[in-house]
This record gives sequence, C-alpha cells and structure tokens, in this order.
Amino acid sequence: MEEEKAREIVVPGETIENRKEFIAGEGTRKEGNEIVAERFGVVDRSTKLLKVIPLSGVYIPRKGNTVIGQVIDITFNGWFVDIRAPHLGFLTIAECGKRVIKEDLSEYYKVKDILLAKVKSVKTRSIELTMKERGLKKLDEGLIILVNPTRVPRIIGRAGSMVNLIKKETNTTIVVGQNGVIWIKGKNVENELLAKKAIELVSEKPFIEGLTEKVKEFLENEKAGWKK
Amino acid sequence: MKRPDGRSNEEFRTVEARVDVVSRADGSALFAFGNSKAIVSVYGPRQLYPQHLQNPERCLLRCYYDLASFSVPERKRPGPTRRSIEISYVMTKALEPAIKLEAFPNSVIDVYALIIDSDASTRCAAINAASLALANAGVPMKELVSAVSVGKLGNELVVDLTKEEEDFKVIKEGEEQKTTDIPIAFLSRSKKISLLQLDGKISAEELFKAIELGKKACLKISKIQERTLKKIKNIKK
Amino acid sequence: MEVTNLTKKRIEELIARNKRLDGRSLLEFRKIFVEKGVTKKAEGSARVRIGNTEVIAGVKLNLTEPFQDTPDEGALAVNVEFFPIGSEKFEPGPPSVEAVELARIIDRIIRESHFINLKKLCIKKGELVWMVFIDVYPINDDGNLIDASIIASIAALKDAVFPAREEDKVKYGELTKQRLPLNDSVIGLTLYKLGQKFIFDPTTIEEEISQARITVGMSYRKKEFIHAIQKGGETPLSEEEIKEAIKIIIKKGKEILNKINL
Repeated sequence: MEEEKAREIVVPGETIENRKEFIAGEGTRKEGNEIVAERFGVVDRSTKLLKVIPLSGVYIPRKGNTVIGQVIDITFNGWFVDIRAPHLGFLTIAECGKRVIKEDLSEYYKVKDILLAKVKSVKTRSIELTMKERGLKKLDEGLIILVNPTRVPRIIGRAGSMVNLIKKETNTTIVVGQNGVIWIKGKNVENELLAKKAIELVSEKPFIEGLTEKVKEFLENEKAGWKK
Repeated sequence: MKRPDGRSNEEFRTVEARVDVVSRADGSALFAFGNSKAIVSVYGPRQLYPQHLQNPERCLLRCYYDLASFSVPERKRPGPTRRSIEISYVMTKALEPAIKLEAFPNSVIDVYALIIDSDASTRCAAINAASLALANAGVPMKELVSAVSVGKLGNELVVDLTKEEEDFKVIKEGEEQKTTDIPIAFLSRSKKISLLQLDGKISAEELFKAIELGKKACLKISKIQERTLKKIKNIKK
Repeated sequence: MEVTNLTKKRIEELIARNKRLDGRSLLEFRKIFVEKGVTKKAEGSARVRIGNTEVIAGVKLNLTEPFQDTPDEGALAVNVEFFPIGSEKFEPGPPSVEAVELARIIDRIIRESHFINLKKLCIKKGELVWMVFIDVYPINDDGNLIDASIIASIAALKDAVFPAREEDKVKYGELTKQRLPLNDSVIGLTLYKLGQKFIFDPTTIEEEISQARITVGMSYRKKEFIHAIQKGGETPLSEEEIKEAIKIIIKKGKEILNKINL
C-alpha cells in the first residue's frame, strides 16, 4: 500500500472544486461554482481545466483512434467490425485500403479476421473505420490480448516509453489499440507470453510509482529464469 | 421500543459492500443489509438488438432482478414472477435519473441483480449494489443512488426492516395492525427521490416523517458506497 | 472478441508443446477454493471458486409424496440457472440447453453414486418423503463451470441439515442438527480435448476452442466406480482416447478429493 501514490479518487456526484477559476473538463460538470465528478476515477489537476480520468469502463471511440477489431459480418458494401465499443465499427469498400474488384468481399477480409484500423468518424449508430493509412492491415500471426481500455495510456507510457521498453526487452512487435486490444508478435511464443505478462503487470497496477523500473526488473528476472 | 435484533430505530443492519466481485462483467458489486445480500453485474454500454428497441436519443437501461431459489424459506421456482418483474422495473426507474443515458444513444446497459440470501429489503440492497456496480463499470453518472426501507411497526418508525419485523403484527384498539413497508431511494447529490413504494396503513404526517428518516439513512449509505468505491485495492482490473 | 483466430492458433501451438497460455501444465487445475454455509436461508450452501470462476449452490428441502415407483425413497431435483450475472453469454429467459445438460450431469452423478441415501429420506412409505432440491448459480464464468458446479453441489449437500418438521409440514427457518444421509468420496471431473492433447480445467478461451470434452462422475470407496459419463463437444473420440481419458480422470478425482475440503 505504501508504494501507491496518494491519488484523488472521486465518485459520481462528488464535489471536486468550489473555487470559481476552475473549468469543468471531461468527466465533470459545473453546478454553480462547483465542479462535480460524473465518473468514478482520478482527478487530473494539471491545468485549471479539471478532468476525471476514468479507472474503468468500456471503450468509447474517438476520431483518429487506432483500434484492433474482429470482422463479424460482411454486407454488400463493407465489413462490420467488433471494436469492443457500444456500437459496431463499419469499414466501407472505399476505406478498406485495397482495390476491390471482386463482388465477394470475403476475398479481401473474412469473418473472424483481425484488423488494425483507425476510427474515421463516430456517428450515433455506427463508427466508421478506415484502413487507408500506412501500417493499417489485417493481422495474420501473433497473440491478441485484451485489457481495460482505461489502462491504455499507462501501457503506452509517456511518449511510448513503456511499450517501447517491453518491445525491446522481449524482442517483440506490439501494437496497442486504443480499444484495449493489443497485438503482440515475437520470434517465438515465449517472447510473446513474456510481453503479455509485462503488459498485464502494468494493467493491474496503474497506481504504482516507478512502474517502468518495476517492469524492467520483472522482465530481467524472468529472462534470467530462462537461462537457468 | 426495542427492536428484535437490538438496533435503534434509525439504525440499518451491518452493511457488507464490495466492488469487482464478478471479473467477467464490466462492473460489479455486492451489497448486503445483514442477511439480505445482492450481487449485481453491469454489462455495457453495449450494442442493443433487436434494432427496434434502440433509442437514437439515449441509452436503454435494463434491470433484471431475481431471487436465487434457495434465498427464501420455501424454495422459489426458478424464473421471473410478477413480483420480480415489478421490482426489476422500479429498480430501473430508481437508477435511470442518476445515469447519463444520453451519452450512449442506441445502446443498452444491462444490470443484473441476484439475491443470494434474503431477509427483507432485498430491492434496496439490489439498488445499492447496482449503483456501486454502475460506478465500478465506469458508466458516466450524475450521482449515486442509495436505498433503504422504512417501516411503521406499531407506533414506531424504523429503518431497514427485517423479515421478522415485516411480518410483525400488533393489536391496537381491537384491530390487528400489520407493518407498513416503505422502500425509498435517494439520489446522493440532488437529494431527490427516485423510488418510493408503500404498502400498509399510515397517516400523511407519519409518512413525511418516514421519508425524513429514510433520507438520513440513505445519506449514510451513500457515504458507505463512496468509501467502498474508493478503496484502493478495488481499483484494478 | 475474447477468442481470436490468432490467439487460438497460439494456444494450439503451446498445447502441442505441453504448455498453456497461463503457464499451467496440461492436467493442472487452478486453485480450488470451497466455502460452506454461504447463505442463511438455504438448508445447505457452498461457494466454489476455481481461479476466477465462481459458483454458488444451495440446498432446500421440502416434504412431498414419494413417486409411485419408489414409494420408500426420497426425491432429488437438480437445477442450474445461468442467471445473466455471470457472463455476457448468459441471457434472461427459460433455461438454455447448456444449463439443462449441466443440471442433468450433476443429477446423475449424485443419484447413481448413491451419494444421498434416498431410502433414509422416507418418513412414511408411500405417503411422506423428503425432497432435496439443489440449485446452482454460476456467479462468474471464467471456464470450467461444469466441474465447479459439480463440486459446489456436493459441498452444499455436505453442508446441509434437515429443517425442523411438524407432522407433514416443514418449519422453515428452524434447523435441526441432523445432517443429510450421505455417502462419501464422490466427485465428477471433466477432461477437455484441445488439439491432440487432453487438458483439465480450461479457461473460457481454452473451453471455447476445445473440440471435445468428457465428464466422469465417480465414487471412491473400497473400490473406484464410474457412475455417470457425458461426452460433449463436436468432435468424436477414439476408443483409445476414451480409455485414456477415463484413467486420467479417475486418478485426478482421487487427488482432488484428497486436496480440497469437501
């Protein structure tokens, strides 16, 4: 418990601040002079714009997010993709990143295929996806793991520091979808499993100080165990 | 008057409250008043089918309350009853005003409440657990919801009835008087009432007093809910 | 999205090398945890956890007329309810085929092993007997609900006492100290086939990609006996595989009975 940072955790309906100069940001509302939490989470006081950073919850898509999803249905003009959001993602032929000449769209992406895509736009009933950018593709090989989407920023780390550390130490390629779907590809399964363990460690302990060091230590210990 | 279990009139039973009790759910909680114990799972906001149920303006909230077959003196046959259908409905209405349903048009949030042990006031335990589970699921909410039952036992107003108290009868002026049961839920911040039911016999003045008593208890319960959510060991998944 | 083709392929590769995603060996169970007396209203109850999987079972007794073909025996009824609390895959409504199958597996294991001495539940031949209800509720599904439910049912029976009785009426809420007439050492376990290997205690992901399973209910008294079998899953098994599976299960059953406090 001692190693855990004293964080300001709030519950819905709780007053975060009653001084006038503060502004209600994400996860909060203004009620008179008071700023009130609208989600269970940690208060972000880095600016006057107060936010509540949620500690749990399903993935809420945003334009520009990189996501990993699974094709669950094919229509005449595109693919329905499960991205763990309150709505399905939809990938149109125009956005699929391939020159489509055949009528049968399963020639390009089949049901159950795993796609690395981006959110193009968010509408009330559907989420439009695109695969037209470089690097967006169907994922063929590797390990897929799921984490709570609220943990994604911690897993990526400041300027990618955490995920880069794990990649380097485990000799793997890792793509972290904003929707909490993570793709790990290594030279062998052992490396992928080690990366998985490290990611789970980060995901389970978002409050610990010096997490990067702990992860490094963990990976070194595990690898030392292999050599024995 | 002393209550059968020695509590004062304003005292609810020992509360047991925990979150993250069902790892598979998006959010979950356990809440118990003594031997009335509810486990609640929240799934969503998630896709809603069939499509005709979708509302383009807001998320649908569905509650589903039931008693485990072994949670009552004589085994209950599995499956919904008229009673459980009604409770599921009033539970939905008790929770709806606290949730920012407009944030998720065309989706659904499912709230499942299973009573694994019962000793009256189970709907209140279920509402308290559901409020915890919704917050635990990260659902955007304006405030929490807290519920308690208030009863009129003879001439006394008491909080959080047990089954024994619910079944209590007194003879007054030659007339048999049964306990009046008043389940009530308050929103933690606006202090508005989102559940109010009553069966029995009570004067308007006494009812107003009962509501006051319920309010006091609900505010205490909302503090317990707040503490439960904030326990750091609960904040991981 | 829990089970993707990619992960499935990885799990199968690992299994082929006698390894599993969570680091267990093929025939290794997660930690089993049994807690009795978890609800006050039931005459007997138990909570069983296997890893994150959790099941609660409760026993209720009432008095009834015996069935005509067994006038001197009590009655047994097992019910499993997949209440939607435990998985996004469970839906409200009438019992699913899976729930009915599981209830019947438990029923057969308990009945055929004579775990409950039903004759001793007879109060007056042809007129009045005890009826034992076992109700099972999965609270959290993280795989292997079958074994968790079987163990929870057995533990709840062991926890149960008779309620007080006045003539042909049960005095609910008033419990005696008298335990149910039970025999000992009964258990049922399930072996899953994944790729070309057998595994015990699958997680939900492993369960979903396994092609076949076989559940065996057994008793270990002077000798080991098999009382109930259920072969499930879409793939058939060879005779050799069945024989091997049964041997593995009998061995594991003994081991687990010795390890957990049932």
